[in-house]
Amino acid sequence: MIVLAIEVEKQLGALKLAVRFNTAGGATALFGASGAGKTSVVNMIAGLLTPDRGSIVLDDAVLFDATKKIDVPPHLRRIGYVFQEGRLFPHMSVRQNLDYGRRMSARPRDAKGFDRIVALLDIGHLLDRRPRLLSGGERQRVAVGRALLMQPRLLLLDEPLASLDAAHKREILPYLVRLRDEAGIPIVYVSHTAAELRRIATTVVRLDAGRVVGSGGLELLEGVDVDGLA
Amino acid sequence: MFDLSPAEWTAVELSLRIAVVATVCALPFGIFIGWVLARTQFWGKTILDGIVFLPLVLPPVVTGYLLLIWFGRKAPIGAFLDQHFGIVFSFRWTGAALACGVMGFPLMVRPIRLALEAIDRRLEDAAATLGANRAWVFLTVTLPLALPGIVVGVVLCFARALGEFGATITFVSNIPGETQTISAAIYTLTQVPGGDAAAGGLVLIAIALAFAALLASQWLARRAAIRFHGE
Repeated sequence: MIVLAIEVEKQLGALKLAVRFNTAGGATALFGASGAGKTSVVNMIAGLLTPDRGSIVLDDAVLFDATKKIDVPPHLRRIGYVFQEGRLFPHMSVRQNLDYGRRMSARPRDAKGFDRIVALLDIGHLLDRRPRLLSGGERQRVAVGRALLMQPRLLLLDEPLASLDAAHKREILPYLVRLRDEAGIPIVYVSHTAAELRRIATTVVRLDAGRVVGSGGLELLEGVDVDGLA
Repeated sequence: MFDLSPAEWTAVELSLRIAVVATVCALPFGIFIGWVLARTQFWGKTILDGIVFLPLVLPPVVTGYLLLIWFGRKAPIGAFLDQHFGIVFSFRWTGAALACGVMGFPLMVRPIRLALEAIDRRLEDAAATLGANRAWVFLTVTLPLALPGIVVGVVLCFARALGEFGATITFVSNIPGETQTISAAIYTLTQVPGGDAAAGGLVLIAIALAFAALLASQWLARRAAIRFHGE
């Protein structure tokens, strides 16, 4: 079953982005060198960037359709987004950050669900801290928790490990694998590091210079050196 | 300590009331104009920018004169407000508050605008993906992050309002008990023989109030910093 169907075009300066792929749940890797247009694609899925042409459909709901003039605003898309730099709100505690999505959609408090995700990501001891006092790895785990707690239909992770050193990468990867296996939410995972994607991805979409140059299984990551593409 | 006559205490109380009302009423406009200048692009933005900052560079007497010919009881805007809302400015303390608000406005807008420009807009995008519509993004992310700039703007506007003289006296004159602020009272006292001594008491009060406003702003700025960055 197709979960996410995307077919978009957008002129981004000198780069002409023309991307088309479907995903069927699990963890889809968007893989490619820096500047291939990966972040632009996830921004279009989230609604933060408007395509020039095309359509984006999630679970049979049209999020964007240029010809039908449909463009669901980001706050109504219910798509969790974990940004490269975390983007936690600096003026709120970790607990308030985690609770933000629930408050904005005016859902009743769900202590069980909250505790489950806090335990999954092992962030219970951080709840009363300010984001500024967290390590890079802790910050990204909180960012993942914040996106999960809004009960998203889809989770976008844009290079969530890129700002971390090797030790912190090893620290957070197991949580992401657990997330894929336990949370039951389809994931689109952007990275230029093949080693990272081998641990997480179930399908791979490879981008180069704004185009899909291959899509399929993990074999697409073969032949790429361990450190990934520069 | 301050040996003031009842009339002079009235001037002190009036000054505080006028400055508080001027600042509170100017704040929503200050945030709105600060936001427009920081976040929007439109034809004529430079002109709006200029108009907002005009009271800072115009002679205050000119500002007072312009207020008089626009907001006086027979003047177009003044007559409209009088008929439809019962708001009268001319020769009332409310007029003094209007003059003080206009004079303090540029000092309020500038730090608010700078604070809004300095906000990482990617945080607003993050809030949107978490389900916040534009109004909620503004209330829960933009406004709290701009708070230090808003505090500075409020204190500067308040201090300016407290000391305003030229525009106020031109617009609403110098009526004891209605429009005579500390500054106007000091001016009146220095115009009569032997008034210098009485003026001294008001001068001390003016210094004390200005100093208190400064201390309050530093305290508020420190509290805002703690809120943001943790202890």
